[in-house]
Amino acid sequence: MLTSQFLLLGAVLFCIGVYGVIARKNAVLVLMSIELILNSVNINLLAFALRNGSADGHTFALYIIAVAAAEVGVGLAMVLLIYRNRRSIGLDELSEMRG
Amino acid sequence: MFAASETLSPLSGGWFLDNAWIAPVVPTIGFFLIIFFGKKLPKKGSEIGVLSLIGSLVLASGAAWQWIQRVNSASEEQFVSPVIRTWTWWQAGGAEFTIGQHIDGLTVVVLFVVAFISTLVQIYSLEYLRGDRRYTHFFAALTLFSAGMLAMVIAEDMILFLLGWEIMGLCSFMLIGHWWEDGANSRAALKAFFTVRTGDVGLLVGIAILFFAANEWTTTNLGLSGFSIRGLSAWALSGEPNSTVILLAAVALFIACIGKSGQFPLHTWLPDAMAGPTPVSSLLHSSTMVVAGVFLVARLYPVFYTGLDILGPSSNIIMIIAAITIVIAAALAFVQTDIKRVLAYSTVSQLGYMMLGLGAGAWLPAVFHIFTHAFFKACLFLCAGSISHSASHHSFDMKKDMGGLRKYMPVTFASWVVSTLALCGVFPFSGFFSKDEIIDNVGGNGYTFFMVVGLFGAFLTAAYMTRATYLTFFGAPRGAAAGEHAGHDEHAHEAHDRHGDHDSHSSHDEHAHSGPHESGLLITAPIAILAVLAIGSGLFNATPFGESWEHLKKWAEPRAVVVGEDHAGGPGESLVVMFPTTEEGHSKSPCGSETPESGVCYAPALNHAKFKWSKALLSLAIVFAGIAVSWLLSAAFYGRRDPRLVGLTQRNGLARAGYRLLANKYYLDDLYERGIVSNVAGPISRAAYWFNQKVLDGILHGVASVARRVAIVVYRDIDQRIVDGTVNASADVTKSAGVTVQPIQSGRVGHYGALLFATAAVAALVFVILNT
Amino acid sequence: MLAAEVLIAQNIGFGVIALLMVVAALRVVTTNNVVHAALWLVTVLAGAAAQYVLLAAEFVAVTQVLVYIGAVMVLFLFGTMLTRARIGAERDLNNSYWRLGIPVAALLFAAMSIAVLSSYGDERLPSDARVVPIADISDQIFGPYLLPFWALSFVLLAAIIGAIVLARKE
Repeated sequence: MLTSQFLLLGAVLFCIGVYGVIARKNAVLVLMSIELILNSVNINLLAFALRNGSADGHTFALYIIAVAAAEVGVGLAMVLLIYRNRRSIGLDELSEMRG
Repeated sequence: MFAASETLSPLSGGWFLDNAWIAPVVPTIGFFLIIFFGKKLPKKGSEIGVLSLIGSLVLASGAAWQWIQRVNSASEEQFVSPVIRTWTWWQAGGAEFTIGQHIDGLTVVVLFVVAFISTLVQIYSLEYLRGDRRYTHFFAALTLFSAGMLAMVIAEDMILFLLGWEIMGLCSFMLIGHWWEDGANSRAALKAFFTVRTGDVGLLVGIAILFFAANEWTTTNLGLSGFSIRGLSAWALSGEPNSTVILLAAVALFIACIGKSGQFPLHTWLPDAMAGPTPVSSLLHSSTMVVAGVFLVARLYPVFYTGLDILGPSSNIIMIIAAITIVIAAALAFVQTDIKRVLAYSTVSQLGYMMLGLGAGAWLPAVFHIFTHAFFKACLFLCAGSISHSASHHSFDMKKDMGGLRKYMPVTFASWVVSTLALCGVFPFSGFFSKDEIIDNVGGNGYTFFMVVGLFGAFLTAAYMTRATYLTFFGAPRGAAAGEHAGHDEHAHEAHDRHGDHDSHSSHDEHAHSGPHESGLLITAPIAILAVLAIGSGLFNATPFGESWEHLKKWAEPRAVVVGEDHAGGPGESLVVMFPTTEEGHSKSPCGSETPESGVCYAPALNHAKFKWSKALLSLAIVFAGIAVSWLLSAAFYGRRDPRLVGLTQRNGLARAGYRLLANKYYLDDLYERGIVSNVAGPISRAAYWFNQKVLDGILHGVASVARRVAIVVYRDIDQRIVDGTVNASADVTKSAGVTVQPIQSGRVGHYGALLFATAAVAALVFVILNT
Repeated sequence: MLAAEVLIAQNIGFGVIALLMVVAALRVVTTNNVVHAALWLVTVLAGAAAQYVLLAAEFVAVTQVLVYIGAVMVLFLFGTMLTRARIGAERDLNNSYWRLGIPVAALLFAAMSIAVLSSYGDERLPSDARVVPIADISDQIFGPYLLPFWALSFVLLAAIIGAIVLARKE
């Protein structure tokens, strides 16, 4: 297996995730896109770990999974809060910070 | 007869001669003391005045005495050099300015006269002005005047002379306007000042011409500056001066004399100056100040002698003006009702006599007339003051408030009569010896017409004085002289109020109740002293009695001898070249007629008319005729009210016209005030006003409007448009930039995220490309 | 099996799963249904776990399934339900400027692929790699990366507390 195929897979997923962050209005869907990005990063890390024959990549990937979980938790709590205040989670409506 | 190159006896000097310059200094110090301390003194400063003048009198007498000794110590025909002392007070560019004294016979005569009469007048004023509102300042001004005149008399150079001249003018102004609350008095003071000032231009011009013309000659030949009187005298007789230049100088100086000595046409101020207190009139405007012009001519006689060609073939301007003055003033004295005005016109007329004498080459009689005239004229004025003080309730109006006063005021009456006879020139009173000598010498020098004029003037003098005497002392008492207290008419009341202080009011009420009476001792004593001198002063130079009686000639007349150049200027020793002495009045001295060689002349040789009793009797006859005619007419007109004379001016047109001409003083005042002053001053002032409004203000407004327009441009265009525009534009740019960029700050997370990722994508691409 | 065959099998396996993942990912970002998006994400995550196995990271693969699919996706579904996500298709799930995402993603992909290909071009992964034992991973965690581990525990603690605080009913 080529190293580059995993890396490219990761790149594709990353770019789709980026597209999702940009294009999606629903806050939950944006969070899902972020998950895509994080997973693409994991694939990268593990590909390199295999290439280098070390366990560092695995460790890092585990940490990322943990962080992702925490982030989703907090993120969804915020989305919940927004929903409670506004009855909607369209990110285009959150413009109080408008300059 | 001929004594050539003889070194002569040293002339005696003396402390008084060397220090005669103190004579004006003492009254100057007195003036300052009176100004600063006078009000606090018990006699209000008058004691300082009297004392300082007594000091000057002592100095003057001492100087006169020592001068007489000096003359006596000189041999016959030796030039008695004056005692000259100078001090340099400024040096500038080679020119040295000195101040100093020049004491010779003329100086001591006038010095004595001024000091003596000043002292008497100060004593007189103690009583006359008692209780006056400005008593202290009166004495201060009077003292300063004496200081000024004394300074002028002893002056060695024309600058000090000018200084004294001007101080006198200032004091005259102050004293005439002593009671300035009354508008007429201040107007009179101003008129006096301005009229004399008009003449003073001539003095400045004359001094300047003489300086610039003579300075070189005097410094090289005599070591003196062109201001020095001695130098100018020598220069004038040296044949050096250009005849036109010295003529101009002489005429300019004479113009000053016309103003100061009240000659026609600038005589108009003198009668008006009678608005001042009587002591002022008697001191300044009769015996001393007005004589200053005569003194100037006598002092710088060589300049006039050469410049105006005195003793030349034709008559000169001095004589012409003097002759006119004599006659017109005498004529005006006939129509006056104010006794002081009669005396004022008489003064003008007598000054004309002095000028006539000087103009005709009769130097000595003219100077002698200064001497005698001072005494009897001052006496006449003081008598008038005495009358107003004690008899006419401060009025000087002869017709309204006087008459028959000889019974009440014997001393005053006697003094008046004596002085009048002296003025008329009756033998043996002093006027005979001086005035008649003038007339005699004028005729003797060949000016017959002017001699006739002088005789005619004598007739008129006798006539108007008799009229005045009749009105004042004879006939029935009128008005205040009659003791009428209801004579609180305007004139008397105003005159009364001039005294101010109410203390004197009560004392005067006593006098008024008691009717006219003789004045107190402080008034009558000076009058009496002067009357005695009016008789006796004539004997000082009594030409009719022979040479030995001619003291003034011996002591005062400068000798017309050539003084050796190498010793010129030194006192005492002089190398003298002798010439045949005077005989029968014709001098063979070259002084004045030829250029002196190997020496300088300080005085021209003059003629002296030989006295003849036949000539004297003629003039006496004329005088008595005048007295008689006037007496008869006065008695008829004023006394009996003769119907042929009363109302003559109403009936007869010629008489009326003549009266009106005299009453309006030949319309000269109108000519001066309306004709000259208004027509000159009016247009000039209007032109100046126009210039100020149109030109000066126009320039100002123009500048202001230009400034305004510039300001508008600066404000509107530069400030508003450019500067503010720039500022506003920068603000607008910033604002629009902000507005343009503002949408980025949408507040939406999605936008921020999109922007972030887009930028990151671009940056990543850039990095990748750069690194591969 | 022969090593070569294993390799070929790995490659085919990789390709299939990769294709599945990409399609599923695309469906995540394009579907109109939130619940569908969550399920498609599950597919992606499962595919990722399979890739981890291919990359000899079995422990991570298991962890991925347990944590990601088991917990995170459940969280997502809870969140979706709690925010009244409409059952069925929804309109209006995209931003107005969703078209911007395409060139950005394309640009980013271009950049990354250039970078990858130029760096790792034809490089082959080692074919004889053994599966990483858990002991090695734990040696790393409790060894050099101990500090991040503790930080991570704090992060999780903070996340728990934060989530509770944020989401509690007042």
